[in-house]
Amino acid sequence: MCGIVGLFLKDPKLEPHLGQMLTDMLITMTDRGPDSAGIAIYSTGKVGSGKITVQSATPDVDFENLDQDLKNALGKPVLMLVKSTHAVLEMPADQMDAARAALAQLRPGMKIMSSGEGIEIYKEVGLPRDVAARFEVAKMHGTHGIGHTRMATESAVTTMGAHPFSTGADQCLVHNGSLSNHNGVRRELKRLGMTFETENDTEVGAAFVSHKLQEGETLGQALEATLTDLDGFFTFVVGTKTGFGVVRDPIACKPAVMAETDQYVAFGSEYRAMVSLPGIETARIWEPEPATVYFWER
Amino acid sequence: MQTFDLEAQGLRALNQALHDLKGQTNQTAWEVVNPKGSHAIAVGVDAPIDLTVRGSTGYYCAGMNKQATIRVKGSAGPGVAENMMSGTVIIDGDASQYAGATGRGGLLVIKGNASSRCGISMKGIDIVVHGNIGHMSCFMAQSGNMLVLGDAGDALGDSLYEARLFVRGSVKSLGTDCIEKEMRPEHLAIIADLLKRGEAEHLAKPSEFKRYGSARKLYTFNIDNASSY
Repeated sequence: MCGIVGLFLKDPKLEPHLGQMLTDMLITMTDRGPDSAGIAIYSTGKVGSGKITVQSATPDVDFENLDQDLKNALGKPVLMLVKSTHAVLEMPADQMDAARAALAQLRPGMKIMSSGEGIEIYKEVGLPRDVAARFEVAKMHGTHGIGHTRMATESAVTTMGAHPFSTGADQCLVHNGSLSNHNGVRRELKRLGMTFETENDTEVGAAFVSHKLQEGETLGQALEATLTDLDGFFTFVVGTKTGFGVVRDPIACKPAVMAETDQYVAFGSEYRAMVSLPGIETARIWEPEPATVYFWER
Repeated sequence: MQTFDLEAQGLRALNQALHDLKGQTNQTAWEVVNPKGSHAIAVGVDAPIDLTVRGSTGYYCAGMNKQATIRVKGSAGPGVAENMMSGTVIIDGDASQYAGATGRGGLLVIKGNASSRCGISMKGIDIVVHGNIGHMSCFMAQSGNMLVLGDAGDALGDSLYEARLFVRGSVKSLGTDCIEKEMRPEHLAIIADLLKRGEAEHLAKPSEFKRYGSARKLYTFNIDNASSY
């Protein structure tokens, strides 16, 4: 069992409250996943700049002078914002690949959580309330975001095993369920050049979608392909720079509820997660159909 | 009228108060406010009360109900009225997966749509759905009646025993060993009664339904059927 929450804002007036809304939703889903929690939040970044979110088990050591070291390596300006075990590094967008390579040299123990123009990912082991507080998620602004509370089944309870998983620029995926053919799909994706950080089944789902997007397919097409190529139980919620998608396997035993108003589209593993959203009393509320792809793009 | 604020008073206190009503009671009218999608609301009631939930519920609302009439003025989460024994449960909105699962008696009315696995393994319950039902509904259903005013999803009545299924709209596909059967006068009488008790008399006529039932070929293991199991 796991809990998923998601929010895609249509009304810019709600953007300053995205972090608070997602935090409330995430904490409500603690019963479904008390092991670990994570959140991916998207905001409209500065034009021409990109962000890399990194995680360290020893932040005091790894983050000390990290911005200066990266600036020296790139020869370009770098901004750093440290939040507990994570740090967000901002740099010119054309420096992202160079920065990833430099970071692997400068701080080999650090993990990259996400990179892109809009995305930031924060995830850790612990109760959702504590994870959200640690990263001050409630203060964050943004256009859309996805959160996950994990009750582990397929792999260990570790920071890297928490969701969301990001396997491409500005992409992320969260999952409720378990995939049964992930080892085979992982082998195939490795052969095609994708890289993996964990033995986790969900990371394979994320990499599968990222690979399809790399090949030029749309988010809708990539999600359609999960229905034929991935075996097992899944409700996936996927984020991209401009979009938000949902797909459930044909058996659809993993729960999903959606709500839509003029102001937002919301996803929850249970209706409970959405009861505090503005206007929920009059929202259109439905269960996404099995084997059907839903997505919204701005 | 006993009004119970679920947010302020808590779920255990509600269910304990309801379980304390044994047999006959003068406290017959109950109202639950602020349900906010909570799980296990009014589970295990065994008294002839009338309880209204003002809002939507989470998992297992009205599970194992006996005698009570329970109304949900909203939508219900998974497993509503699961294993109901008697009484009536009426959902004004939609119901999530496995509504009325394994129900042994009583009446479940869903005024919106029901999701997948509605009436799975039903054993005597009557279920009336004003809208549609999802895939794998009435899987291994043993007895009782399912009346659907809308459409049915994939694999309706797979591995069906003796439950009667009546569908007014389309059936996306029938499950293994489920077939369309002739409609006889006694079936029309059953439908008329279900429409009346299911608050749907104004919505449909008995003649508009088709009947589906078991072909009775999978009842006991037969090696010739091995590919169908």
